[in-house]
Amino acid sequence: MSKVTVLKNGRIIDPVQKRDEVADLWICDGMLVSPGSTGSDETEIIDLTGCWVLPGLIDMHVHLREPGEEYKETIETGTLAAAAGGFTAVACMPNTKPVNDNSAVTQFICEESRSCAARVYPVGAISKGSRGETLAEYGEMKMAGAIALTDDGHPVVDSQLMRRAMEYAASHGMLIMSHSEELTLSKGGCMNEGELSTRMGLRGIPFSAESIMVGREIALAELTGARVHLAHVSAEQSIALIRDAKARGVKISAETAPHYFTLTEQAVVGYNTNAKMNPPLRGEKDRQAVRDALQDGTLDAIATDHAPHSILEKELEFNFAANGIAGLETSLALSLALVWEKVIDPARLVELMSVAPARILGVPGGSLPLGAVADIAVVDPERKFIFKAEESVSKGKNTPFDGWELKGKAVLTMVAGRITYMDSIRF
Amino acid sequence: MTESEDGGKVQPDYLFEHSHIFGIDQLSVEDISHILATARSFREISTRPIKKVPTLRGKTIVNLFFEPSTRTRLSFEIAAKRMSADTFNISASTSSATKGETLVDTARNIQAMNPDVIILRHSSSGAPQLLAKHINASVINAGDGAHEHPSQGLLDMMTVMDHKGKIEGLKVAIIGDIAHSRVAGSDIIGFSRMGAEVCLAGPQTFIPAGVSSLGAKVCGSVQEAVQDADVVMTLRIQLERQNDSLIPSLREYSRFYGVNRKLMQLAKEDAIVMHPGPINRGVELSPDVADGTHSVILDQVTNGVAVRMALLYLVLGGSKGSEGQGEGR
Repeated sequence: MSKVTVLKNGRIIDPVQKRDEVADLWICDGMLVSPGSTGSDETEIIDLTGCWVLPGLIDMHVHLREPGEEYKETIETGTLAAAAGGFTAVACMPNTKPVNDNSAVTQFICEESRSCAARVYPVGAISKGSRGETLAEYGEMKMAGAIALTDDGHPVVDSQLMRRAMEYAASHGMLIMSHSEELTLSKGGCMNEGELSTRMGLRGIPFSAESIMVGREIALAELTGARVHLAHVSAEQSIALIRDAKARGVKISAETAPHYFTLTEQAVVGYNTNAKMNPPLRGEKDRQAVRDALQDGTLDAIATDHAPHSILEKELEFNFAANGIAGLETSLALSLALVWEKVIDPARLVELMSVAPARILGVPGGSLPLGAVADIAVVDPERKFIFKAEESVSKGKNTPFDGWELKGKAVLTMVAGRITYMDSIRF
Repeated sequence: MTESEDGGKVQPDYLFEHSHIFGIDQLSVEDISHILATARSFREISTRPIKKVPTLRGKTIVNLFFEPSTRTRLSFEIAAKRMSADTFNISASTSSATKGETLVDTARNIQAMNPDVIILRHSSSGAPQLLAKHINASVINAGDGAHEHPSQGLLDMMTVMDHKGKIEGLKVAIIGDIAHSRVAGSDIIGFSRMGAEVCLAGPQTFIPAGVSSLGAKVCGSVQEAVQDADVVMTLRIQLERQNDSLIPSLREYSRFYGVNRKLMQLAKEDAIVMHPGPINRGVELSPDVADGTHSVILDQVTNGVAVRMALLYLVLGGSKGSEGQGEGR
């Protein structure tokens, strides 16, 4: 007989089923089953009094660095970090070495991730080598397991190529994820442009470097009818464009990252390379606009843009240091802060971190109905902890949140009923 | 010359507490006054027949220059040698962060030789802070990226003080490529902190974002900036700015923004003209003004040595005693 696991007394928050109640979840053979429906010999009961039981979190924007930069992260360590953060699935960006622009690399990632701690959905490149010149083979990558396309980190400059990419991706039913950056405007920049960049003597990147490309992607999405997703939105002006486009019914979706609603450019004071990322941290007005947009639905999802680097890339002069921060283990607590600050309610948090990513990527998850695969995140909302980068599961210790006191922690994560993370203090 | 008239700003229990000089931004009004007073007291040493005091004997000072520099390096070296410190010059290339040794590795290597002060010139803003994190020696910023050049800002303030007796209430016009100038970065903060009205002028491509929050006023024209100014500071125009599409040509720049005799007629009669050097004669400054009666450009150079002597002395403990050598004068 199969083993049955019962998650007892947790508060189940499942906005898709319009459910928010304390109840038990029964899991058998990796699926959610109705209570008492199996005559099993072996039953494991896990008491979750005081915890939230959520559909597994899905991070639609991570860099796992494998193949090619295993010293920064591997599929194994990245998914372990994901599980520790309450994630049951991640979508990994194609800027590996080699670039994931063909089915062989896609297949490699899928195979390497098979026994890992989270589901891994590879995102293929828009263009061969992400060089922005010619289309990659979307059909073959999709057959190998790719679920979307992006040239993240190497934004597509050529508008004709982006138009063709959207059209061709639509033919294969694939999503385009845009890293929206007008490279001629951002060239040489390493932080947000403004008073602080002037004071620090650093070349700034204006908000319009993002919003111009957000505007282009909206225009092209409207032209082609393709499904387009805007990655890591940081600027107020971009949000205004997205809000306007959605009101017109353009098929776009958008994500932001926890750092954009938590921090401002002030985090780079002292030339802190662990607060250097692209797009850069912006001003208070932008931070506020991101929070408002998460509340009113203009932004659909929270993704981490988890970008692990080693000190080789970060212990450098600010303008030479690499962009990006690790995020998988802090995302949930930083997003929960929006709940504590009454920007969003718990159901909206689940929408942002699970329902919407599943819907946008077209992958399973986002809800916990009977018969569904048991991908579950259990969160102790009251649990306070000091986040220590050096103790993080990810190889990437590059985070501006080192030493922060955070409230709310993943304590149990399950992928298809298999426990992928269990908090050692609670259990 | 007013040699000591501003001493009232420094309280008797004042202590200079900076072991690194990253920028004017970290200095209070008291700090700046104290540095300038110290520099004035050291200036006389350079006029002696034997231009040397034993104040910093036994101290090791390393000039670590990642960018070519003649005058700043020479000025620091002369300053150190007049204080009897041992000086060493390292010229390094900063062309790539990925090739060769990182700045942190360089710092650790130099640290292993136990220097007392490292004077750093680097193309990256914030490089002095990065160096200081990995080293026990004092770090003095000799210019980092487009950030600051604090010793230049201080020598500029010292020169203005010499000629005007004060800084507070003066109108200081800074003309040129503010956005790419670390001298402007230090001067804007320094002069406005000391109570001057700092007015900036140049094409908008040369005016950095949010600069007014540093205490400066951005003027609509160069004439507006120079009108009734006590000090006209001109900045060097880097020749490559034409290729960056910041200005169409040096010729056009010079015609609309160059400081010449006609423009200087708008300034106060006793206005002084300054330039951090080296000058592109005929571009940002016409030769007759550069060499004319308003010009105090060579005074700036002289004061540079005195300011750098003061900085070396103060970061090494100054009056708090540097191994009993402090009374060498």
